[in-house]
Formats: sequence, C-alpha cells, structure tokens
Amino acid sequence: MFGDYEAQRHWQEITFNLPIKQWYFNSSDNNLQYWGLDYPPLTAYHSLLCAYVAKFINPDWIALHTSRGYESQAHKLFMRTTVLIADLLIYIPAVVLYCCCLKEISTKKKVANALCILLYPGLILIDYGHFQYNSVSLGFALWGVLGVSCDWDLLGSLAFCLAINYKQMELYHSLPFFCFLLGKCFKKGLKGKGFVLLIKLACTVVASFILCWLPFCTEREQTLQVLRRLFPVDRGLFEDKVANIWCSFSIFLKIKDILPHHFQIIISFCFTFLSLLPACVKLTLQPSSKGFRFTLVSCALSFFLFSFQVHEKSILLVSLPVCLVLSEIPFMSTWFLLVSTFSMLPLLLKDELLMPLVVTTIAFFIACATSFSIFEKTSEEELQLKSFSLSVRKYLPCFTFLSRIIQYLFLISVITMVLLTLITVTLDPPQKLPDLFSVLVCFVSCLHFLFFLVYFNIIIMWDSKSGRNQKKIN
Amino acid sequence: MAALGIAMGGGNWFSALALGVTLLKCLLIPTYHSTDFEVHRNWLAITHSLPVSQWYYEATSEWTLDYPPFFAWFEYALSHVAKYFDQEMLNVRNLNYSSSRTLLFQRFSVIFTDALFVYAVHECCKCIDGKKAGKELTEKPKFILSVLLLWNFGLLIVDHIHFQYNGFLFGLMLLSIARLFQKRHMEGAFLFAVLLHFKHIYLYVAPAYGVYLLRSYCFTANKPDGSIRWNSFSFVRVISLGLIVFLVSALSLGPFLALNQLPQVLSRLFPFKRGLCHAYWAPNFWALYNALDKVLSIIGLELKLLDPNKIPKASMTSGLVQQFQHTVLPSVTPLATLICTLIAILPSVFCLWFKPQGPRGFLRCLILCALSSFLFGWHVHEKAILLAVLPMSLLSVGKAGDASIFLILTTTGHYSLFPLLFTAPELPTKILLMLLFTTYSISSLRTLFRKEKPLFNWLETFYLLGLGPLEVFCEFVFPFTSWKLKYPFIPLLLTSVYCAAGITYAWFKLYVSVLSDPPSSKTKKQ
Repeated sequence: MFGDYEAQRHWQEITFNLPIKQWYFNSSDNNLQYWGLDYPPLTAYHSLLCAYVAKFINPDWIALHTSRGYESQAHKLFMRTTVLIADLLIYIPAVVLYCCCLKEISTKKKVANALCILLYPGLILIDYGHFQYNSVSLGFALWGVLGVSCDWDLLGSLAFCLAINYKQMELYHSLPFFCFLLGKCFKKGLKGKGFVLLIKLACTVVASFILCWLPFCTEREQTLQVLRRLFPVDRGLFEDKVANIWCSFSIFLKIKDILPHHFQIIISFCFTFLSLLPACVKLTLQPSSKGFRFTLVSCALSFFLFSFQVHEKSILLVSLPVCLVLSEIPFMSTWFLLVSTFSMLPLLLKDELLMPLVVTTIAFFIACATSFSIFEKTSEEELQLKSFSLSVRKYLPCFTFLSRIIQYLFLISVITMVLLTLITVTLDPPQKLPDLFSVLVCFVSCLHFLFFLVYFNIIIMWDSKSGRNQKKIN
Repeated sequence: MAALGIAMGGGNWFSALALGVTLLKCLLIPTYHSTDFEVHRNWLAITHSLPVSQWYYEATSEWTLDYPPFFAWFEYALSHVAKYFDQEMLNVRNLNYSSSRTLLFQRFSVIFTDALFVYAVHECCKCIDGKKAGKELTEKPKFILSVLLLWNFGLLIVDHIHFQYNGFLFGLMLLSIARLFQKRHMEGAFLFAVLLHFKHIYLYVAPAYGVYLLRSYCFTANKPDGSIRWNSFSFVRVISLGLIVFLVSALSLGPFLALNQLPQVLSRLFPFKRGLCHAYWAPNFWALYNALDKVLSIIGLELKLLDPNKIPKASMTSGLVQQFQHTVLPSVTPLATLICTLIAILPSVFCLWFKPQGPRGFLRCLILCALSSFLFGWHVHEKAILLAVLPMSLLSVGKAGDASIFLILTTTGHYSLFPLLFTAPELPTKILLMLLFTTYSISSLRTLFRKEKPLFNWLETFYLLGLGPLEVFCEFVFPFTSWKLKYPFIPLLLTSVYCAAGITYAWFKLYVSVLSDPPSSKTKKQ
C-alpha cells in the first residue's frame, strides 16, 4: 500500500488533474479510500504547486490513474527536493531568526542554539526519511510565535492561521495563542486599545480563513465534506501504537471495546481540557513571552496525551516548543527531545531508518551536551524548580534531593531507551505477543511524557510572581 | 555527572571533529557505490579462498588483483572478519554479490581503517606551530588543518561513496611526512616503503623522498652557504635506509620471488595496455591536448583542410574513448608521457638537492612530483589529484601564497571528481558537501591570512566562480537540450578541460614560488 510518499504524489495527481470541487469528494476519478486528501486546503494548494513543477520535468509522474505507485530515482530526488525547498524557505529562516532574537546570549551561543534546533532528529527523520511536510506547518507556527512574542500580533496570528490551514494538528497550539493574545488585550484594557486589538485580531483570523477556504465556502456541502475529511470522528480513540494515555491504559483495560463511541470522545475532551486549563488560565491573566512558550509545550503535550485519534508523529508538535526553550532549560529539553525521537522508534524501524536514527541522535546529543554544558546545569535553579522546591520545603524540610533524583532518573531513562532499542532491533518478539516491543516503547515513552507534563506545569505555575519577589529580595 | 560534563564540555575539539566526520560517514553507507566495491569484494574472495600462489593468476572476474602484495595481505586479514558478516561474499564465483551485510561490512571496514588517517592528522597537527594564531579556537592553524584534512570533500566522496580504501593509505603517507618533520627519518622512510607496497601509485612521489633523504639525512651537515658538504656523508645512514627498504620489499615480494611469479605480479601492477586517458579524461595536460586535437580537427574539417575519409569516424561524435587516436597533433606513447613527467619533476628535484629547506622544502617537492605526474602521466585517474591536495593542506596554513594555490587546486580538483558520482540521489549530497567544504576552506584561510594581501586576484576569483554556472549547465540545463543525444560527452569534456586549466595554473604557480624562493642556510621557523 506504499506510504506517505505515495500519498503526497497522489495528491499532486489529484489536485493537478481534477477541478477544485472534486478534491475532497469521492468519485470514480478520486477514490478517497486510496490516500484521500485529509489535510486542509493549503496542503492541497502546495501539492498543486509541486504538481506544476512535476509536469514540467516529467508528466508521467502525475498522470491520472496511471501514475499510481510510480517510483524512480529521478522522482524520488524531485520529491525530496520539494521537502528541502519548503524547509529552506519556511522553517530554517524562522529558526535562524528566532535564535537571533534571543536576548542575553552571545552570538556564539545563538549559533549553537540554532544548530541544535536544526539538528533535532525527529523532524529530520520524519520529513526526509518517512516523508512529510511538517517543516511547513511547524515553520508557519514558529513564525507565528515570533510575531506574537515580538508584538507583531497581526502578522503572528496570520502566520499561525496559515499553519492551521496547512495541517489541522496545529490546533494543538491554538489555545496558547488564543489565551496569550486575549491576555494581551485584557492588559491593554478592554475599553480602549485592547478592544481595538481584539477586533483587529478577529478580523485577521477570519480573513485568512476565508482566503484559504474561498473555493470551498461557496456551498455548505463542500465545507462540511472537507471538515469530515479533516476530523474523522468515526475512527477510534487511537490507532496503531502511540505513546498516549489511552493506548498505554489499554494494556490493562481495553477501553476502546468497553466504552461507547461518543463517551470516548467526551472523556478524552474532558481530560485534555482539565489538564491544560491551569496553564492557559495563568497565561490569560499574566501574559508573558516566557509563559507563552512554556504553555505551548504543556498544551501540546496535554493534547498529545489525552486527545482523540493522535498519531505518534504528533509528538513533533510538542518538540517544536521544547526546542524554543532549549536555551532556558537545556538539560530537560535535551532529555525530552531524545525521548520524543525514541517514541517514534517503531515507525522509524518500519522505514528502515535505524542507522540515520542512531547517527542523528548521537550527533544531536553531543551538539547539545557541548553547546549548553547540560551536565553542569542540573541544579535546582537551573532547572527552574527553585520556587517549587522552596514551597515544598515549607512542609517537608528534607526535600533537598530534587536535582540528584532528576539526574538519576535521566541516567535510568537513557539506559532504558538504549536497551529497548537494542532489544527491538536484535531480538524477535514472542509468538503470543507480536507487538510486545512497540507496546513497551510506547508505554515507557508515555511515562516519560507524563513526567514532563507535570514538570512543565510546575514551571508555569510556580513561575514569575515568586521569581519576581526573589529578584526584589536579592 | 560532572565528570561526564567536563569530558564533553572541556572540549577535546579534535575528537569532536573526528567523531562528527565518522557519523557523517555512517550516513553515507547506503549511497551509490561504483564497480570498485565489486573489485574489493572479489579481492576478499581471492585472498580468502585461494592459496598465495594463485592470487596473481586468478582471473574469474575481470577485476584482477593489481595492487602490491601488502594490500593483498590486508584484504586477507579483512576477509577473516568478513566471514562473520556474510560467508557468501568470499566465494570467488559470486560475481557482483552485494547483500546488505556485505555492504555494511565493506563500508564499515573503510570507516574503521580511517582511524589510521585520524591518527596521522593528529600527528601532522603537532608539526604546525600556531604562533600566528589568534586566541579563538576556530582561528588556530591546527584547527583549520584538522578540518581541511578530516573533512576533506574529495576523500569523503572517493572513499565513502565511490568506495575505495584511500583513507588509511593517505594516513600512512601523512604519518611518514609528519615523522620526517619530527626528524624521525628512519620511521618516515619505513612508513613510506610500507606504503609503496600497499599501493604503487605512490611511486609518483618516491623521487622526493629519495632525494630528500639522501641530501638532508645522509649528508649530516651543510656548508654555511647552504651547499653540500661532501665529507659529511654518513655511510651508516645510507646503509640503514637501504636496509629498511630492502627488508620491506623482501617481506612483500619475497614470497612471490620464491614462487617465480615476479614477472606476473609486475605485469599485473603496471598494465600499459590501457589508453592515454581514462574513459573520463582526468583534468591533466593530456585532456587539454586531446581537446585541442578535437577542436583543430573540427576546424580542419570545416575549412576543408583535412580529408574526412582519413579521420577515424569514431573520434568525432562519440564519447571520450580509452584508445584515443589523435588526428591533427602527434599521437602520444607511454614513453613520451614518462619523458614529459621526468622533465616536469626535474627542476623541483634539483631544487631539493641544491637548495634544501628542510622538511618544508621536501613537502613542496613532494607536491610538485605528485602534481607533475598527475599532469603528464599515462592513464591517470582523476582520483589521483588527492595525492597532491592532501599534502598541500599542510602547506596551506603556513603561508598566504601557499593558501591561495591550495584553494585553487582543491576547489578545481574536487569539482573534477563530480563525474564520479553521476547518479541522481547523490546530486544534492555532492553539491552540498562541496559547497560546505569550499566555503569553509576559503573563509577560514582568508580569516587566518587577513592581515596579508588578498588571496585571489580577479582572474582567479572569476575562474572559481565560473565553476557554479558550469555545474548548473552540465547537470541541469544540458539534459534538457537537444545536444544531449548528438553529443552526450560535452559535459564531461567541458568539466575536464575547465579543471585542467585550473590545475595546470596551480602547478605553474607553485613551481614559480618554489623556484623563486631564496635559498636559506638554516631552515627558518615560520
């Protein structure tokens, strides 16, 4: 059945040969069961653009019906080049600009920071190995973060709308954007400038959505069909193996079979929103750039852990914000990014990417370790847990081992990940449990992600106010 | 935790560079490999399955053993590890066998043997003094030299994509050069003798070694004005050097002498039946000669000066063939190329004898010998340019003039290796790696010598920039034109001729700088 590579090629074929009205509908020419289009319109326009270039080079690549399963060296080079060009135009400039705008660090550290972010194995392997265009949506989201952090709110929200219209998974990031911008409006005063800003933002968002969905806005049926393709609520709570609470929980209790369908949707909804509520509320009340980035992490992580129909590749949506806080908490960020790459191990092994995985992970780890000297930054203050441990020490005066515990946990975690990788690669799973190793990988990753969820939420909640008090005291 | 942190952060930058390039090499494992892959698999099979007496007679495969005996023993040693990866590759009859395990083993063997190259680079860095350097690590000559050698683009693509074992061989050569710099002449001579018996292409630079050792080691002292002091001749040293060479050769060729197979071995090592040029013309003097011949014959045909019936039809529209018959200019024989090469290296050798400048003078003579043999030799492979490029890196961090020559030589030489990787998937890799290396080498050397006059004049700058449009034309524009069917060899011809011009220019400039250097009685510490 091929894979994402064939899906992208097929979308070029569909968008080039069929009129827009037929892109999302099932017809004799467009069999939705065979890699039907299930991303928002911007992906479709991008595929159309690539199709025009493909037509110029070799029309056989996108000929209707006859080009199914087409694979040749030249075609592979073309497809991979499209990913590279998208990367160069959107994602990489965003990363470089972000690192340039970082405050209070030398140029050398900025360059090292940019290098480490760009070396993140997960994105490289999924985009170039598995084949996807995540760099486009993540790049747009990053432009959004940049714009909003530097007070170019309209441009930022425009960029983020483009990101959502490229891949609907970017909705994971939408709540922090919403809360942050709302908080800014509140701060400016709802009776004056804040209200004006609010209206402007609303107009920008609506305008960009209309612009992207223009061909599909004409008929109600068109819009509904696209929405049906984007949000397949008929599918279950989760598919395949993903490092998510529901999949890990189903080891012990098969909730997919026990609970009725609509109930599954409701509980995942509830859990997701309950876990991200505190951080979002705090962001609305005290909007700050730092809080915004951390809230992005925790929101995306909450969605990943508790949401409906999550794919393992969605961890990239969490990894991007974590890359952004790499300079502030290098140790924990590096740890998280290693775990996120590890969580995709079964997928990468299926694509025969073991050697690139090992090489890029080692390169990334060494780059981070040397650029940020992460092993020297494990004190409580470096981990931004000082205020938290102070509060705990009011009740438990002996709570002084936090950084020690975390260091040991890191060591155990790395050893576990390496062992699991070795086992998965060298041994065969037992007959009765053919998915044993993938399930183990997912379960271990899920535990890690829960730990990180707690950690990031602690940082958000104990941040700023007590921090400011501390500075005043000092 | 802290200890690990110190180990990582404390910054052994050399290990970081070596590890980084090793990781890159691991990523290059699944890339295209040429017929050299099958060559080495065949040699593994021959040395493992057959007795020594058959090694140089075996001809089941067309890729017969044509390297000296030490290399054969090296393959024999490798084959004992190979049998744990895939037994089938050691079967002589398994022609073109390339299972994934075979590929993995062969690629890893190249990466592993590169350890010797890394060690040699480390030793060479010790011979460079960094008085000129700033305090910044990336501006130190040692750092720049390490990057230029460890991450050398030519070596990476020839060894780890095209597939060859040049890494450890160049390691041996650089190590012997380093030993000569460190005044450990016996070790240097020993290492070079061993190297010769691994791959006889290094005969190209043997005159430099011979003359240098004779002049600067066997004659222990000079007169105050720098000329030779005949009565300081040391018999002991000559005899010990001769003994080393004799013993190494005996170890290598001895068994074959005993089996009366020496003529067969020699005929395998020096096959003169091949043509003047390779199927792709190496960018040397003969490429220019051939191109001129072609151009003259076309002009002659147009102007009706030549009789079309007398010209061999094949040479006009067909590709670059091995047996090239010249139509207008006189044909070239192996003897003629040998004489040209000897004439070309004579001035540098004389310079080494009459104006010895210590190890640095030896290094320049070595590079000139390598370059001259590349330019005028018989059936030269374009890969042989590395023989000049790698030692030149040692000189490049010393003087601004040498840096300029190095950059022209390296950039042109590396570009001339592009036709080796003609497959589509390798296109982005080779372009990106080349850009990275060229940008780094030019910018780092410019920063190192920023206080002196600029490295390139306008002509050189234009020439180097011209490589970009040339590549765009050959790879992207030409395949879509109508000439592709009629004259498919044009990109190769253009590349070959354009690079030959650059390499000849670099050779000429280096010669001028060597010949015009003032003689010094004592070796100046630079």
